[in-house]
Amino acid sequence: MYMPDFEYHAPKTLADACVLLDELGERAIVLGGGSDILHKLKNGHLTPEHVVSLKHMTHLTEIRHEEGRGIVIGALVTPHGVYTSKILQERYLSLPMASHEMGNPQVRNRGTVGGNICNASPLADLPPLLIALNASVKVVQYAGERIVPLEDFICGPGKTLIKRDEILTEVIIPDQPATGSTYIKFGLRKAGALAVVGVAVAVTVKDNVLADVRIVMGAVAPVPMRAKDAEALLRGQTITDVLLEQAADSAAAECKPITDLRGSAEYRRELIRVLTRRALRKAIDEGHV
Amino acid sequence: MINQTITDKDGVKRYLITLNVNGDARTVLVKGNAILANVLRDELNLTGTKKGCELGDCGSCTVLLEGKPVDSCMVLAIEADGLEITTIEGVAVNSKLDAIQEAMINFAAVQCGYCTPGMVLSAKALLTRNPHPTEPEVREAISGNLCRCTGYVHIVEAVLAASEGRLSPGEHEYLREEGVSI
Ligand SMILES: Cc1cc2nc3c(=O)[nH]c(=O)nc-3n(C[C@H](O)[C@H](O)[C@H](O)COP(=O)(O)OP(=O)(O)OC[C@H]3O[C@@H](n4cnc5c(N)ncnc54)[C@H](O)[C@@H]3O)c2cc1C
Ligand code: FES
Ligand code: FES
Repeated sequence: MYMPDFEYHAPKTLADACVLLDELGERAIVLGGGSDILHKLKNGHLTPEHVVSLKHMTHLTEIRHEEGRGIVIGALVTPHGVYTSKILQERYLSLPMASHEMGNPQVRNRGTVGGNICNASPLADLPPLLIALNASVKVVQYAGERIVPLEDFICGPGKTLIKRDEILTEVIIPDQPATGSTYIKFGLRKAGALAVVGVAVAVTVKDNVLADVRIVMGAVAPVPMRAKDAEALLRGQTITDVLLEQAADSAAAECKPITDLRGSAEYRRELIRVLTRRALRKAIDEGHV
Repeated sequence: MINQTITDKDGVKRYLITLNVNGDARTVLVKGNAILANVLRDELNLTGTKKGCELGDCGSCTVLLEGKPVDSCMVLAIEADGLEITTIEGVAVNSKLDAIQEAMINFAAVQCGYCTPGMVLSAKALLTRNPHPTEPEVREAISGNLCRCTGYVHIVEAVLAASEGRLSPGEHEYLREEGVSI
């Protein structure tokens, strides 16, 4: 397959990478694992003059807990790394489970969390759950750094607030009251299938009352979409099956699916209804450990 | 580490990189856009690595990078500079086939053979990390390797058999397949 020529750089440090990106500006792209970029280079959607690899930034392959900040996931952690992370398995099992639903083993060994976010595909599996868990991202550039809520960061299909000279370094999941979370993906096959629809939920349950809830729907809008009406309907209410069904109906009414090769808009809407109900029930019943 | 670059008359840069392939350090001059699968096949003559989709879907280009299966059609060769790569040519040791390869032959898990190198490498990575997998674990491990011929049943049986040190099917297994009640 044809690939355009480009100059390759593998800076040794984050500081070097920032200087380089500052110099190259629009002519460069950042390379994570390459599982999305190589598609775009091969089909001609991307024709960068320079590719800046993050492969030497090994400190971005760690997951740790920081007092006062929460869980910090390095941008270069692979889906396999999320799946096998002890700390995530202990605190938010939903994330290892969601990452295990991505692509196939080869892709999970090569892709990165940062790439999954920055690629900003409406069908990406990790952003809905990370948004449900109130995650933020840290982006760094030559002139400084900023922290942006993930919900605001992804702003269109393939679009984020990142600038060409910025690098996403960390995803931060704040310590939170949420008692349970889950992500349910519906794909057409068990492996190697992108989401037809995905629903992520985080709940805070106290004495059978939903003190708080966040529902994020994937693959049914240009960006991962909060089901805000459904959330409002649930917040502060006593949990009953009828209530969860009403919320599921509301989420289905709110979503904005399109028809494409993976499913029709009607089918996706119905999936949202069913998966929202199931995801709420699962997050309520199973809870974080 | 990239220690040398050469720029040709059109201004295209080439980089001298070292790939540690099947235990040998191989130095190659590549352009930034060179794909690992192509470098293995065309520069190093390791044509056991196959290419099907070239998009990360079929797994026929699977190699082990630092021991983990990846699709070599989705990796820039230069990204693998300095890393350990195992291709299918590196699985047999001193011309002695690996247990997985023996079992694949004996269980008739190979038909056209196009998926086989990738299948063997995914299975090899699994058995290295988990010597006694369950059937679902085997199926999961090869879920990124598409086979259009076998229907997977014999492949899964071969990998399980290799993990149990039982490299050929017992007679009853053929009988069962033929529908003979035993
Ligand atoms: C066969 C196959 C199946 C797949 N299945 C799934 C699936 O089921 N679910 C799913 O969600 N995805 C899937 N993907 C997509 C892809 O694997 C993931 O999105 C992956 O996480 C991307 O990470 P990457 O590091 O490879 O991204 P890259 O290709 O390296 O980068 C993607 C984009 O993000 C930018 N970028 C990457 N890292 C950074 C950073 N740290 N800072 C700034 N910008 C950055 C790049 O410039 C580029 O624009 C699949 C891909 C393939 C090939
Ligand atoms: S050729 Fe690489 S995955 Fe198909
Ligand atoms: S044997 Fe033909 S594709 Fe698997």
